[in-house]
Amino acid sequence: MTVMTYRDALTQALREELTRDDRVFLMGEEVAQYNGAYKVSKGLLDEFGPMRIVDTPITELGFAGIGVGSAMVGLRPIIEFMTWNFALLAIDQVVNAAAKMLYMSGGQFPMPMVFRGPNGSALQLSGQHSQAWESWLAHIPGLKVVTPATPADAKGLLKSAIRDDNPVVFLEGEMLYNTKGEVPEGEYTIPLGKAELKREGDACTIVAHGKMVLVAMQVADALAKEGIAVEVVDLRTVRPIDVETIANSVRKTNRAVVLEEGWEICGVGAQVVDFIQRECFDDLDSPVLRVHQEDVPMPYAKNLERAAKPDAPKAIAAVKKVMYLA
Amino acid sequence: MTTQVPPETQPPPDAQTPAPSAVANNGRPPDDQASLRKDLLRSMLIQRRFEERCAEAYALGKIGGFCHLYIGQEAISAGTMSILRPDDYVVTAYRDHGQAIARGMSPRSVMAELFGRQDGCSGGKGGSMHLFDKSLNFLGGHGIVGGHIPLAAGVGWAIKYREGDQVCVCFFGEAAVNIGAFHEALNMASLWKLPCVFLIENNRYGMGTEISRATANEDVVARAAAYRMIGESVDAQDVIAVRDAVGRAVHLARTQRQPTLLEMRTYRFMGHSMSDAASGTYRTKEELEENMKRDPIVLLHEKINAEGDLSEGDFAKIDEEAKAIAQDAWDFADASPEPALNKLWEDVLVDTTS
Amino acid sequence: MATKVVMEALSPTMEEGRLVKWLKNEGDAIKSGDVLAEVETDKAIMELVARGDGVLRKRIAVEGDASPVGTLLAVIAPAEENIDALVAGAGPAPAAASGTAALGAPAAAGAPEGGTSSVPSAPAEAQVEASTPPQEAAPASAAAPAAVAAPPQPPAPPPSPQPAPVQGQPGANGRQRTSPLARRLASDRGIELSLVRGSGPGGRIIKRDIESAMASAAAKPKPAAAAAAPAKRIISRDGDFQDVPLTQIRKTIARRLSESLGPIPTFYLTAEFDMVRAAEMRAALKEIGNEFKVSFNDIVLKAVANALADHPEVNAHWMGDRIRHFNRVHVAMAVAVEEGLITPVIFDADRKTLPEISREARHLAELARNRRLTPEQYTGSTFSVSNLGMLDIEHFTAIINPPESAILAVGAVEEKPVVVDGSITARQRMRVTMSCDHRVIDGATGARFLQALRRLIENPLLLVL
Repeated sequence: MTVMTYRDALTQALREELTRDDRVFLMGEEVAQYNGAYKVSKGLLDEFGPMRIVDTPITELGFAGIGVGSAMVGLRPIIEFMTWNFALLAIDQVVNAAAKMLYMSGGQFPMPMVFRGPNGSALQLSGQHSQAWESWLAHIPGLKVVTPATPADAKGLLKSAIRDDNPVVFLEGEMLYNTKGEVPEGEYTIPLGKAELKREGDACTIVAHGKMVLVAMQVADALAKEGIAVEVVDLRTVRPIDVETIANSVRKTNRAVVLEEGWEICGVGAQVVDFIQRECFDDLDSPVLRVHQEDVPMPYAKNLERAAKPDAPKAIAAVKKVMYLA
Repeated sequence: MTTQVPPETQPPPDAQTPAPSAVANNGRPPDDQASLRKDLLRSMLIQRRFEERCAEAYALGKIGGFCHLYIGQEAISAGTMSILRPDDYVVTAYRDHGQAIARGMSPRSVMAELFGRQDGCSGGKGGSMHLFDKSLNFLGGHGIVGGHIPLAAGVGWAIKYREGDQVCVCFFGEAAVNIGAFHEALNMASLWKLPCVFLIENNRYGMGTEISRATANEDVVARAAAYRMIGESVDAQDVIAVRDAVGRAVHLARTQRQPTLLEMRTYRFMGHSMSDAASGTYRTKEELEENMKRDPIVLLHEKINAEGDLSEGDFAKIDEEAKAIAQDAWDFADASPEPALNKLWEDVLVDTTS
Repeated sequence: MATKVVMEALSPTMEEGRLVKWLKNEGDAIKSGDVLAEVETDKAIMELVARGDGVLRKRIAVEGDASPVGTLLAVIAPAEENIDALVAGAGPAPAAASGTAALGAPAAAGAPEGGTSSVPSAPAEAQVEASTPPQEAAPASAAAPAAVAAPPQPPAPPPSPQPAPVQGQPGANGRQRTSPLARRLASDRGIELSLVRGSGPGGRIIKRDIESAMASAAAKPKPAAAAAAPAKRIISRDGDFQDVPLTQIRKTIARRLSESLGPIPTFYLTAEFDMVRAAEMRAALKEIGNEFKVSFNDIVLKAVANALADHPEVNAHWMGDRIRHFNRVHVAMAVAVEEGLITPVIFDADRKTLPEISREARHLAELARNRRLTPEQYTGSTFSVSNLGMLDIEHFTAIINPPESAILAVGAVEEKPVVVDGSITARQRMRVTMSCDHRVIDGATGARFLQALRRLIENPLLLVL
């Protein structure tokens, strides 16, 4: 094991996959000369040259479409969005082109490509630059949607995403790039669609993904001091969702709190709750609660921003409520 | 055309008999103008007779949804496809029946797709707007105005990436030049020197909106200057003029990776789609009738007649053959089963990695 | 004139009956008084007779169906009469009348939701016309008038007495709120939910309420019994048991005796066994060597296990809606520990030899006293034995550990004067008392088990064969 940042783990994954398969290329704004807005592609231009690491104009729809077209004829593009907030301009290419090409063509055109970039709230970036998009993207059949929480997951999941012959939306946590963690030495991949128990416990299940997994771990640490053993399920992939792991955990703990960065209505958590009520109805001792961003655009002022975000105290309150302790 | 079967001896359609094709440049010596014109005429007639049957099938409820007919514009597809190599690529919008057939897709598989049947080119999952044939590098059939133009640039990118000498031709209507995707794709295609031919089919109406009501500069090919691209306008009711102009653009793309913007000036004889009127609030019947005098099939027929290359009997024979092909496609589609219900769940994802 | 054949109250206490067998086919000519079917009531199998003449036009109930009294089972009518409306009005049977009778008049039962008087049928039809093709609308719009036109049903049985609403208890509609988990646990453990007080929001019964109900049921004599009954019992694997559906008579016994005696209607069977041969065998084994030493308790455990293997009706759990007969024998033995008692389990005790049981019992007792038992070692029993003989208790009764249906209380082996062949002699004797859950075990059933046990304990060589 080596300790490294989430960012470096992603860079490693890119480098390894660019080396492994010469059909793979990285395209996006500032990815080459500038070394990436978040430095995930640092050094790759020098190693792989301008046909493999490609700077684009500021034209999300256009280069996303270029990715789709090149994937139709057998290349394996990695399309980087400087942030997923800008990817809204390209959503037609992600949803109407990439996700549906295989189906509309009766199976003739698979889409071996990755759309990746930072996602979720950051600090004081206000309304347009601080939001979590996974529920939008997870709604679409034909896509896979991946949300790694740790450096080890980031690397193993990105490598799997690049090798997958389907369009994969890869949502990196904007606030996670500097976080550190142990990463296995050498070659490894992590399968898409498999959740992981990040912490075992028997009192309550917290289901989370992406950055919120770290919040869930804080919650578990805090409650452990009160003798409450919380189990943390990290979804890792929000489409497809690993229902089995969620259900096994809830059958054990009899209660659940679902934690996410996105908004409440039609959120990922809403889907998780649906799976839980279907699979675990007779195992539930209390209603499942959700913790999410308040139902407002992200404000700028520090105190308002804090109040808008889901955090450990809100999650702790929810856990205590489902345990009838509050 | 390899199989010419008179209608009276037409065998019953089944999947085994070779499906008729409408490719216009098969096996002809390059300098044989008479043969070329005959092939172009034949391609246009097959498209025309096929789509007339589409209109009939739509009226009978055999075709549903949106169905955009190409009637009046057939010279563009016939002329363009006659110049392309089999390994070149074609990307188009939703008015795609004529291009698909001219590219060489079997009229049977196209009609079966329109009927929503198992033997359709996309297994009945795409329909009229989403015709695909990987074996012919026919990359669809796309339904969002302008959304497919970046895809063509992406195909051009892939050709350059692999250092190939193919060309990607992209068809779209004149109304698409006002959407961002057009601008973004052409900018990058020129910036990166991608081997693409962007082909505006200017039929003067974006659905029911005449070009002057939608576009500040009606001279749409002037947009080429914004991308330092060559632009050319063509009388697209003249199939030979289409073929020549596309030929020049394809040559530039193939040899110099220089993209071109072509404006094909044409006219749509039908409504925007089968559920829209051919004329009415947005264009007059008189205007329609005036333009229908410049039917590309009639114009080519007259030209050939004037030069004495084709007898009336020959024309009638080609037309009968086109009608037989359309009938064969209909019969085939009608006999094809509906897709099995388990197909509903197939082709959402593949379960492979590479 | 059509005649409706309904489930009749064939006994004074019958609330539902099971249609065992149709004796007439559709199309048969029927005369008033003809026997139409056999119906199992809460007491017996009874005959259902025709109340009118005509042809048996439609059999609605299926053999095996249990239906509340008043449910339409069949229609007798002249061959030409249209009975569509009658048949359409049948609908699903109302929910079991007991306890829910207060919810609505039986006339509403069987009408589709929304088909009752509060929702007129006309708007529903208009909506159907607007949103669905006509051929799909037909059945829907036909159903509504039929339901409205359904003839009145027999009067409802009087509502069963409801407990007066308690502050913080069920809502105004009298419905007890229970978490799904608590509902399942209560069912698994034979806890009557109406006797549990809910501590959750709005009086919701939650897991901890079931656990404390279990604890207080076991608390009085043996406070640790609750601790020994963990939340997650190890349920045997498939094939280790058969679930037996409750017959009507079983349901009536269960319901009425529970009302009489609390959640587990317990009765006690006492027997005294002669232990002379058992004592002789112990002595003989001890002579062979210390490794063959067995206790009276070991002999009892082995005998109980062997007897249970032959009597699955005692080796059973009460599951609320069914009885589970086990094919494997897992005997729990109560062990006194500092804070109470715990019941480690000897799994498959019937397949183990007497020395094996002896060794295992000693080992488990030691683990228990050192508090080293794992949950797997004290859960999953099918029957329990409690022995206070070593503490010189001659006779006592033990409390059933639900969902088990019996426990055997074993007293001390004592010399007593006994009449043998007309003369009084001193014999070693032991008294046992089996507490039985009457919902599962009847007196005679328990007695037969004790007979088998007597045979084994009084002839202990049978245990080593």
